[in-house]
Amino acid sequence: MSWFEKPAEAPARVPTEAIWVVCSGCKAYIAKDAWRAADKVCPRCNYHDRLSCRERVASLTDAGSFQELNADVSFNYPLKFTDSSGAYADKAKATIAKTGVGEAILTGTGAIDKIPVVLGVMDFKFLGGSLGSGTGERILLAAEKAIALKRPLIIVSASGGARMHEGIVSLMQMAKTCAAIARVKEAGLPYLSILTDPTTGGVSASYAMVGDLNIAEPKALIGFAGRRVIEQTIKQKLPDDFQTAEYTLAHGFVDHIVPRKELKAFLANILRYAGF
Amino acid sequence: MAKKTQQKLTPWDIVQIARHAERPNIKDYIRLLCEDFVELHGDRLFGDDRGMIGGFATIGGEKVMLIGHRKGRGVEENIEVNFGMASPEGYRKAMRLMRLAEKYGIPVVTFVDTPGAYPGSEAEARGQAEAIAHNLEFMSTLKTPIVVVISGEGGSGGALGIAVGDRILMLQNAVYSVISPEGCASILWRDGTKAALAAETLKITADSLKGLNIIDEIVPEPEGGAHTDAAAAVAAVKKAVLANLAVLKKIPLDKLVEQRYAKFSAMGRF
Repeated sequence: MSWFEKPAEAPARVPTEAIWVVCSGCKAYIAKDAWRAADKVCPRCNYHDRLSCRERVASLTDAGSFQELNADVSFNYPLKFTDSSGAYADKAKATIAKTGVGEAILTGTGAIDKIPVVLGVMDFKFLGGSLGSGTGERILLAAEKAIALKRPLIIVSASGGARMHEGIVSLMQMAKTCAAIARVKEAGLPYLSILTDPTTGGVSASYAMVGDLNIAEPKALIGFAGRRVIEQTIKQKLPDDFQTAEYTLAHGFVDHIVPRKELKAFLANILRYAGF
Repeated sequence: MAKKTQQKLTPWDIVQIARHAERPNIKDYIRLLCEDFVELHGDRLFGDDRGMIGGFATIGGEKVMLIGHRKGRGVEENIEVNFGMASPEGYRKAMRLMRLAEKYGIPVVTFVDTPGAYPGSEAEARGQAEAIAHNLEFMSTLKTPIVVVISGEGGSGGALGIAVGDRILMLQNAVYSVISPEGCASILWRDGTKAALAAETLKITADSLKGLNIIDEIVPEPEGGAHTDAAAAVAAVKKAVLANLAVLKKIPLDKLVEQRYAKFSAMGRF
């Protein structure tokens, strides 16, 4: 047996999806159980992978406290939009079946370290977390619920922006959600915005950027226009850190970058400063 | 195109009219619409965006705060005003002037005509998203009447940043959209040449938007478009703005703000 041959008793280990995941940040194989237990944060490089809305709710709220609101509010089909890949209504229905949520945001009541809140969590897997009329309506109803219950409102964003398939109706959700947030603030209630990867376009240019505090996850992409569009406009290559959470903080638009494992405690602490 | 009668214009034809180089711009409106105009400069934070213009104006004897995107005419002016693409300091100037209007008890009239908010690295660094978001929030509670005129190109969030109001008027050949037809075509059809189809699918013309209850009133234009007879086009805008201001000024301010909230809350409920 030559020295470079493997001994016969050691089987070649092929990582399988059942046990391992490949970190999207450092490309290393990570034990899936440990990664899951850390809410999809890589133990090697601290890359924060995207969470589904239900995973986020589990990570932020006290066990068993979350009660969904307005599950029946779903997408609308105002333009009868159809493009080369088919009808928007069919895609939306397929997404609902796949994700098990009726819109790009899951809203409800819950408790964060025993503090009752109204919470909205976006899900990037639902059509890129795009802001449709159902998304906007759920946010407005959540804001009104927070006012009625005199509770803080917390929204976790993850979105590419407006939902083109709903055209101008999608654009108007930016105004609609901001009007609802303004009322929460007028009622003297806290509104905390958490910007996760990615928070861009019409969502960053509406409710995600107007928190009493804007809180970001490490390395999250946060910005208005897309990198490619900007590079084409200014005809220059942009630095790697452009539009990261760290860049956004350095420019004064985010209060704090909080690692995922500390987020729940961080929110509870802030809410206590706000008198809750 | 000008030979086509209005009924036969496609949405893509209307896009071309809305972007026509000779279409009346904010400077034309100021010249033809206002008996007096006192321009007010700067956001008090960074600079004075030439792509957004604003100031005290008198229209048919009515004192208002006039604010609008500024497209230029010719290359030189368009470079100065960044082709009507406002930067964060433009949105922040607009907000400063709206606060002043609220304080002095005069209504706000905005003119929307932009391809979109400026997608540049400096605009990102200075918080383009935050500037627009803050305006949306602030305009929803402003305690003075707001009349919005979509006069040319209503390009996405950059348009909406000064377009939250009590009455949304739209010129017959203006467009208002979440994304440009070209942008939509290249993303959803993966083919920029499908812009005409995207323009139709997105429903961006005044007729369609009236049908969707996004706008309140269509302001007629001269046959062939506003650029064929600027004076007539501006006269129609003047009539519509004054009629709406007269109605809005009679509504108590608390009720006005309630109605504005109800108006935008209803958008997207079917």
